[in-house]
Amino acid sequence: MSSVDPTLSQEVMSSIVARYPRKRSAIMPLLHYVQSVAGYVTNSGIENIAEILEIANAEVSAVATFYTQYKFNPIGEYHVGVCTNTLCAVMGGDAIFSALKEHLGIENEGVTADGKVSLEHIECNAACDYAPVVMANWEFYDNQTVESAKTLVDGARAGNPPAPTRGPNHLVTYKEASAVLAGLNDGLAGEGVQAGSATLLGLNLARKMEGK
Amino acid sequence: MATLTPILSAHWDEKDSFTLEGYKRHGGYKAAEKALAMDPDAVIQIIKDSGLRGRGGAGFPTGMKWGFIPQGDNKDHYLVVNADESEPGTCKDTPLLMANPHVLIEGCIIACHAIRAKQAFIYIRGEVTHVVRRVNQAITDAYAAGLLGKGVDIVLHIGAGAYICGEETALLDSLEGFRGQPRLRPPFPAIAGLYAKPTVVNNVESIASVPAIIANGAEWYQAMGTEKSKGATLYSLSGHVNNPGQFEAPLGITLREILELAGGVRTGHKLKFWTPGGSSTPLFTDAHLDIPLDYEGVSAAGSMLGTKALQIFDETTCVVRAVLRWTEFYKHESCGKCTPCREGTWWLVQILRDLEAGVGTEADLEKLLDLCDNIMGRSFCALGDGATSPITSSIKYFRDEYIAHLTQGGCPFDPVQSTLFVGASK
Repeated sequence: MSSVDPTLSQEVMSSIVARYPRKRSAIMPLLHYVQSVAGYVTNSGIENIAEILEIANAEVSAVATFYTQYKFNPIGEYHVGVCTNTLCAVMGGDAIFSALKEHLGIENEGVTADGKVSLEHIECNAACDYAPVVMANWEFYDNQTVESAKTLVDGARAGNPPAPTRGPNHLVTYKEASAVLAGLNDGLAGEGVQAGSATLLGLNLARKMEGK
Repeated sequence: MATLTPILSAHWDEKDSFTLEGYKRHGGYKAAEKALAMDPDAVIQIIKDSGLRGRGGAGFPTGMKWGFIPQGDNKDHYLVVNADESEPGTCKDTPLLMANPHVLIEGCIIACHAIRAKQAFIYIRGEVTHVVRRVNQAITDAYAAGLLGKGVDIVLHIGAGAYICGEETALLDSLEGFRGQPRLRPPFPAIAGLYAKPTVVNNVESIASVPAIIANGAEWYQAMGTEKSKGATLYSLSGHVNNPGQFEAPLGITLREILELAGGVRTGHKLKFWTPGGSSTPLFTDAHLDIPLDYEGVSAAGSMLGTKALQIFDETTCVVRAVLRWTEFYKHESCGKCTPCREGTWWLVQILRDLEAGVGTEADLEKLLDLCDNIMGRSFCALGDGATSPITSSIKYFRDEYIAHLTQGGCPFDPVQSTLFVGASK
């Protein structure tokens, strides 16, 4: 019995498997790829991966459920994560997260009725010098306020979200971002700043000190 | 006055710093050319002589790690770069890769030559889409330019949200396609790592530091820093400061010096507590401003240099709230493999929640310390140990504040006062 999901490109999946010396290593990018097509990890996607890797469905599920970025229910076209780890929380992340829940009328891990925006509180996203940080489809929105975060989700619901602070010129969809995480190149690497102002702080100071 | 030494960050202010052209403009890939013409053991010796130590937290000498790879064993060897930057407060590898992915690729080429590996893997956390794009494009461009594919191949592997995968053996299991849980050691990765083959696992900043060392020599590098902590490194300043950001300086700089350069603690406020190297490193206070931020100095003062993630909190911050939130993080990220961490972090959260809400008793503080004592050194990997750091250090320095929650029946702090946008009209 074949477990091929006709919505998935077997060719793309074969190319992902071919990256690795041992094919089981491809399980994570394959799961990202399933999310790029279906928007979340579907049962048929799990079965298809299991067939390709010649392992049991349960083994694929066991891996998929370990990692928080794999979702098992449809998620928003724009998935918004508010960092509420200590530093961002203290700097305003808690206030932003509770304001967004109220503004959107959803709870943690909820999706708006129009399917446009989902919300999640996330852990440290390696941008503490830009706190408080909000991620949308895992793109950086730095130094957020309650107002700017509301503008972000309102824009997302209207289909024209503001561009990330450090990212491409427009915010890609959750499916499109998932393809990038599957290792597929979307050609947008050249867009956006090379560094934000906090990243350059020490360098700029060093230049000033040199000049003196 | 303290000096800054932009090396990794030297050209980050150029718009095309992340491109092959931008990297080559400043001598990019010349160090690889030089290294490839050398005997691999000579490359290892330069890195040993330079004094470079692991920048991912543990500070293990990089050259020594490379030297552990058995030679002439007729096995495949692997280099695995740990770009799973997830330790709370740590934010150096992410901007580095966004601004200059090619320095990592060049470092990989050199490291692979040294350890006789043909294959490198870069494991990046999955929550940084644009960093993934930049690294993926850089790898593609390096292949097109013939820099990769002629002796060294690089595979980009993207994680999916699991702090534990920053632990090197959990990372290897994850890369092999399993749940990311740490392995028993020995055998160490140098003997049986990825696919049970000899493997070096290095942090992004460690590998990215290699090209400059090869280009300028070991003496140049070890002229910077302190006696046992050589070279320069990225310090990441965040939190209640006027100017947060990345500062590349010789090891041994102090927080006081960095704060002076950065314009100090948030105006009108004073330093209360800080982490020297992420949330897993015991907290410091304003009594530790002059500790040299090198591996030995921080360790002697009772903490760890870790990832040099300087998270600054001023007097508006409730330490109990801060510690509870970190503890919730460790509970969430505990992989569940070992009992002390899986059960221990769960209990730590329960007790801390009560304490923050002011419904616990003073005996709960002793219970917390007792639990920490049973997790520290008894869990499978460093995640459990790290979970105890904020708790034990905060009780040491701020016991009165915990007790104030109990006597007042709740948190005495107004969380609005500690936000970035306090005073703004929402």
